[in-house]
Amino acid sequence: VKCRVCREPAVIDVRRHNAAFCGDHFLHHCREQTRRAIHSQRMLTEGEQVLVAVSGGKDSLALWDVLLELGYRADGLYLGLGIGEYSSASRDAAVAFAEPRGLVLHEVDLASEYGFDVPGAAAATRRAPCGSCGLSKRHLFNSVALERGYDVVATGHNLDDEAAVLLGNVLRWETDYLARQYPVLPAAPGFVRKVKPFFRLGERETAAYCVLRGIDYQVEECPMAAGNRHLGYKEVLNTLEDRSPGSKAAFLFGYLERAHERFAGDADEERAALRTCAGCGSPTPGELCAFCRLQERAAPGHRAPVELGPTR
Amino acid sequence: MRVSALLARLELNPESVLVICGDTLVTRDADLGDTDEVEIRPVISGGAA
Repeated sequence: VKCRVCREPAVIDVRRHNAAFCGDHFLHHCREQTRRAIHSQRMLTEGEQVLVAVSGGKDSLALWDVLLELGYRADGLYLGLGIGEYSSASRDAAVAFAEPRGLVLHEVDLASEYGFDVPGAAAATRRAPCGSCGLSKRHLFNSVALERGYDVVATGHNLDDEAAVLLGNVLRWETDYLARQYPVLPAAPGFVRKVKPFFRLGERETAAYCVLRGIDYQVEECPMAAGNRHLGYKEVLNTLEDRSPGSKAAFLFGYLERAHERFAGDADEERAALRTCAGCGSPTPGELCAFCRLQERAAPGHRAPVELGPTR
Repeated sequence: MRVSALLARLELNPESVLVICGDTLVTRDADLGDTDEVEIRPVISGGAA
């Protein structure tokens, strides 16, 4: 197969675009898809200070790299989730990306600053760890961005992630979640803007981007995610994609263009009814936000976090 | 052997992996030599957050 642009030998095929690319033109393709996502959804404007949620995996490191390549001012935030060797290796990958480039990487350690970690939260709640993990990430990305004066939080959610979440939400007709599933969530009192600039790129593309850019990312899968529902949805979608390339993109983009609006009103109502959490001041529908309730169960009696500091 | 044939033999969905021969990414129509070192790298990550 030859590169669609220059006819040199290709290194990767992207069947959904019915195209293959050499290394240079593939990197250009990734940047263009990201630029298109950012502009079409008005995610970022020039001069804004972006906080990238960095896990050390392929998506977040590729995103950080692409945003810098596109000229955005972007710092990173790494959350220590306390998942043994997996967390150590993930942190190492994030630091190994940030340090040689002279980038600012903020770090928050769940255990030392909030008194619990993800395995502990899963044991305390007797529920799947991914729930506590996602809840903690959403809460802390938002609160750290607000405290540190960032305009926007960018996450590495890609086309596969979003299509899998959409499938899960549709299978259960989770209309509240459908209302909030969009590549950009505007700022509101207590909420920083959140954007997903990779929603047009598949995870095979973000992984290939890292390989071609020489970015060493955490390749191992999170041991706590093994066998979760989300992975099952991805498997089903990839089976469809293999038979009919473009299915995942058609499913997700069709939803965003033609169906999301029908659910969006639910999110506006929900946000209008929010009050202030008695524990941390975050917006919440109840007296205590979900993160503070989780902390009460997983780390009873633990007090408010200490001042955060960047690694450099 | 072709990359596509190797993936079929291993019952792997080409959408869910990258194939790296030596230091180079290869497409599914690439031919692999008998002595080539090949890494098949899964690309699926599972956090639902």
